[in-house]
Amino acid sequence: MHIVVCIKQVPDSAQIRVHPVTNTIMRQGVPAIVNPYDLFALEAALRLKDQFGGRVTVLCMGPPQAEDALRKCISFGATDAILVTDRAFAGADTLATSYALAAAIRKIGQEQAVDLVFTGKQTIDGDTAQVGPGVAKRLEMNLLTYVSRIVDVDLDGRRLQVERRAEGGVQLLETALPALITMLEGTNEMRFATMDDMLRAGRCPVRKWSKDDAGVEDITKIGLKGSPTIVSKVFAPKARSQRAETQTVDDGAGVHDVCLNLLQKIFTTHPTLEQETVDRLSA
Amino acid sequence: MSEAAKPAMAAAAAAGAAKTAGRSGRSTELPEHLKAYKGVWVFIEHDRGHVHTVSWELMGEARKLADKLGVSVSGVLMGGPADPLESYAQEAYAYGADRCYLMRDPVLQGYRNEPFTKGLTDLVNTHQPEILLLGATTMGRDLAGSVATTLGTGLTADCTELNIDGRALAATRPTFGGSLLCTIMTLAYRPQMATMRPRTAAMPRRDDSRSGDIVTMALGMVETDIVTKLLDFIPDTNRNTVNLAYADIIVTAGKGLKNADNCKLVWELARVLGAEVGATRAVTQAGWLDAERQVGQTGKTVRPKLYIAAGVSGAIQHRVGMEASDVIVAINTDPNAPIFDFAHHGIVGNAMQVLPVLTQAFRTHLDKRIKKVA
Repeated sequence: MHIVVCIKQVPDSAQIRVHPVTNTIMRQGVPAIVNPYDLFALEAALRLKDQFGGRVTVLCMGPPQAEDALRKCISFGATDAILVTDRAFAGADTLATSYALAAAIRKIGQEQAVDLVFTGKQTIDGDTAQVGPGVAKRLEMNLLTYVSRIVDVDLDGRRLQVERRAEGGVQLLETALPALITMLEGTNEMRFATMDDMLRAGRCPVRKWSKDDAGVEDITKIGLKGSPTIVSKVFAPKARSQRAETQTVDDGAGVHDVCLNLLQKIFTTHPTLEQETVDRLSA
Repeated sequence: MSEAAKPAMAAAAAAGAAKTAGRSGRSTELPEHLKAYKGVWVFIEHDRGHVHTVSWELMGEARKLADKLGVSVSGVLMGGPADPLESYAQEAYAYGADRCYLMRDPVLQGYRNEPFTKGLTDLVNTHQPEILLLGATTMGRDLAGSVATTLGTGLTADCTELNIDGRALAATRPTFGGSLLCTIMTLAYRPQMATMRPRTAAMPRRDDSRSGDIVTMALGMVETDIVTKLLDFIPDTNRNTVNLAYADIIVTAGKGLKNADNCKLVWELARVLGAEVGATRAVTQAGWLDAERQVGQTGKTVRPKLYIAAGVSGAIQHRVGMEASDVIVAINTDPNAPIFDFAHHGIVGNAMQVLPVLTQAFRTHLDKRIKKVA
């Protein structure tokens, strides 16, 4: 079984700060990590490799330093890693990104046919969840998004059954290989890296592909040129003009009064809330 | 480059997923053949007899956009023989649609990517809307990404605000976990596509005197054309117990509650108010509360009438998911916690100490009122 896992190196969004004057992202000291959602995809792929044998190729598009993210994936047990990196990819939106990744996956498939492609459900920096469906469409692979469980894989019969998170329930879907799966978070727990794999991650060559290596045929479809969306404005969220009206509790003495006071304020600020709450509780 | 464009460039380069207008090598002019694309469309999502509320929220936004552009609003209804699409169309008119495109086929019973992508793509190519909006649900995001790629057009995910700039859609969304907002436009491609999260926009007023017309179109697919089979649908058993996005009152537990056991104080206040319990990412990650209760950028967007945050610091990732609440109340020991910058009322104090007293105060107050009613 040959599985490709698409990952992205992202800044740890929990640690990002915005410069108060220039409204620019302050990236200094913010660690670059493997997009956390992609690790659920990687673990799901590794489990299939444990079960069926074969290989897991991790694929990433990004700047040269994204090599670190790929090595991290090798340390968890991925077989090999390819970094698609070229200045021509700069400024790509999700449509252009899916074109480049699809080209690279086609190229990977020329070495050994690809049975499954995995991605995380979305990234923590872009949060779009659009690249996975885009890659699937371009490769004409069967798309399964928000997969919570891989129920069964029949490699000989080329069939696959999964549970997919939908609104208000779970769909049980069956499809044919090759398929692209975007994996839901919290659906597995990433294994610990073994000493062997950690050593291998240090030695293993990460293949770096330019746009030509990746088999990009139409350069108007990649990078800025291939991106229909345009960022017209970036700005900081508006601060509320007024800070909260606060009361301070000191040593427990005032708690009761403070709470009664707060209750009155809440019901005064929202005049219909009290009646609505009473109605709801009486119903 | 203008000064104003610089932060945009920095953020775009940092995101690696976005870019700035005005750099060489790309067209920002709408080609002649795309100028015929007119009107604003909403994909109406429905499931087991009900339209998802996000579709009506979008209908309200679509109406505003269409009025600015001087064009009409259409709803797209796709489904199987068992789905009452015509009655959904009536609702769509009441919420602001002028027309509904209706596609009914046995293979559209229950959502699957393949037939829905083909159907919606065909509808767009035939009837040529300039704007197409979908809910940022598991269905909407699955479908929007597939349709946008098939059509080769721009799609902006998870928008928090939609507007018109010139004649184009200006879609604003949070980026970098909500630290910044960016406005994204699709200038040289049509339709301009966007998804919006449930509860980001307010529900429009319903006007049952409005009416509209129906245009039907056939899908032209048979079951044997479709590779993916829907074998079963297992409804969530707790669907009625956790409805965070549409709750009127939410009491949220933050890291300041110190441990899982103290979360019962939040449950108790929620019970007295008939409220839902929410959580910050730290709390769900620690396993104190279920992941589905998470409010924020990576959780749910909520806009209750009353939001009580106990032991919540108010990080930007949390704020973007709840700041549209009517009244925000914060309880936190740190007077400098960011939550006090956007809450309406606050108590500087220990949530473990305040919550039981506040719960008792509400209980006494509401009991009196309920007895009066009885």
